[in-house]
Amino acid sequence: MTSGLITFYAVGALIVVFALLVVTSRNTVHSILYLVADFLAVALLYATMNSMFVATIQILVYAGGIVVLYLFVVMLVKQKSESELASDPRRRNVIGGILVAAVLGELVVLGVSNAISPAAPSVNAPGGVENVAMALFTDYLIPFEVVSILLLVAMVGAIILARREI
Amino acid sequence: MMGEVSPTHYMMLSAVLFMIGVFGVVTRRNIIIIFMSIELILNAVNINLIAFSLQWDNSVGQVFALFVIAVAAAEAAVGLGIILALYRNKETINIDEMNVMKW
Amino acid sequence: MIDAIVLPLLKILVVLNAVLVGVTFMVLLERKVIAWAQARLGPMRVGPYGMLQPIADVLKLMVKEDITPAKADKWVFTAAPMIALIPALIVFAVVPFGPEVSIFGRRVTLAITDLNVGLLYVVSVTSIGVYGIILAGWASNSKFPLLASLRASAQLISYEVAVTMILVSMVVSAGTLSMAGIIDAQYQQGVWYAFAQPLAFVVFFIGGLAETNRAPFDMPEAEQELTGGFHTEYSGMRFALFFLAEYANMIVVSCVATTLFLGGWLQPFPNVSALSFLGFVPGWMWFLGKTFVFLYVFLWIRATLPRYRYDQLMRIGWKVLIPLGIANVVVSAVLKVLL
Repeated sequence: MTSGLITFYAVGALIVVFALLVVTSRNTVHSILYLVADFLAVALLYATMNSMFVATIQILVYAGGIVVLYLFVVMLVKQKSESELASDPRRRNVIGGILVAAVLGELVVLGVSNAISPAAPSVNAPGGVENVAMALFTDYLIPFEVVSILLLVAMVGAIILARREI
Repeated sequence: MMGEVSPTHYMMLSAVLFMIGVFGVVTRRNIIIIFMSIELILNAVNINLIAFSLQWDNSVGQVFALFVIAVAAAEAAVGLGIILALYRNKETINIDEMNVMKW
Repeated sequence: MIDAIVLPLLKILVVLNAVLVGVTFMVLLERKVIAWAQARLGPMRVGPYGMLQPIADVLKLMVKEDITPAKADKWVFTAAPMIALIPALIVFAVVPFGPEVSIFGRRVTLAITDLNVGLLYVVSVTSIGVYGIILAGWASNSKFPLLASLRASAQLISYEVAVTMILVSMVVSAGTLSMAGIIDAQYQQGVWYAFAQPLAFVVFFIGGLAETNRAPFDMPEAEQELTGGFHTEYSGMRFALFFLAEYANMIVVSCVATTLFLGGWLQPFPNVSALSFLGFVPGWMWFLGKTFVFLYVFLWIRATLPRYRYDQLMRIGWKVLIPLGIANVVVSAVLKVLL
């Protein structure tokens, strides 16, 4: 058991536990807080995977931007009843659980049977900002520009959708 | 059994996170929780991409993950705008009650 | 073993202690400076010239009754001040306090660590601090704190964009995201970035004032406006944590401004040999002196300027600072390529 494996199991356990809390919590604000903790744990995982740049972008955009947006919307949407009035919630949970367990079992079997051995760590760290920047601005310049236009369109669209009609 | 962290470990973690997200989408009725489960699914995909970027020592995986994060931000903004517009008209966020195409 | 575990722990201990003590004495400094600006003396009773006032303040806050409003979300109510304070403290992990020195024969860098993406880490961690304010207002289960927290968080995320634009133009000038690398770039280029990019300096400072909810942008915590803002319902030690978080944020903004714009721990004119006697002052003393200048200007502005109204505040953030920030990025990128 190397230290890398222990770190992976610890961070992975955090991620899975917080994700389970997100989908099973009854209070929406608590779910959002667990989601923030989950994103921070995923950023920690990226940091152990030699990708510091994507880790900080994950914190900045996901945890610091998207989830704040969710929190604002939850505060603006006044829920009359906190608990979900159920027609038959347990049947939905049971069917969902069975489906999820089946697909997950199949994925695990496939993954373990085709196990890939880890590559040797490279000297030329791919996670450095310079390498990502070189790839982003030379090979993938067109998707980069397209994504910037996408963000502009999304910004305008969100403003128009959320605007109060007078 | 396993001495080093191999891509298989990351793929297993990604599969578990993905299925937890799918469970959330299928099971919950609160539309905001459904959106948050979709974000969990996108994070699972990102973990996979970064793991392969680490394995093959290529920064393309991380560039792809950055694009996924940007698209997720755009989708969250527009989706929440739609939720707000829907809430203003229907006064509910329970997807079982959003079941008519015109009212 | 010592280099990997013991040394960073010792550095963390020293920095955390220094920051927490500094924050408590900032309370006293603020009261004194504002008093002197208003032609009075400030706290004078406790200790000589009121120097032990922070100890009295801390004792008072620790023994105060801990009130939690009924029907408040107890878990979130307790966690919100911690979520406000923790990001302000962990930013100090990348702040470079001084150059490499020899302590007991061992080479030690006077910074806890030097991340490859240090500046991005600073930005991303301070964006987590917004949660403390939003959750404090939400968990109080009361109208005034909720409104104040929504205003405060909207202000914070608006000015975050302007500050990030400025940081991007500094990265363009320096060519690196690491904090120690930026100081090194200022040394190599022979000029402090406050003089090479004056507009960025001014915009960063105004953005920093707004990010820390300081006057003239302190509408969210103004007592006359919203009965105390988002920390209305807090008392005792939790209230103290909010105050600590605000002053720690001020120190963070001052340290980052010192590193980016005033050359960090560099002495003035390091390349001029006639002034090399300034090298007798160690690097960390220069750093602390420059940080103190920024903190004093923060307090000076609070004592002098009136408060902005909320719509004026948002107008400045979106319509003035962000276009200036974008223009600064474009101009600095063009000049960097041409020169």
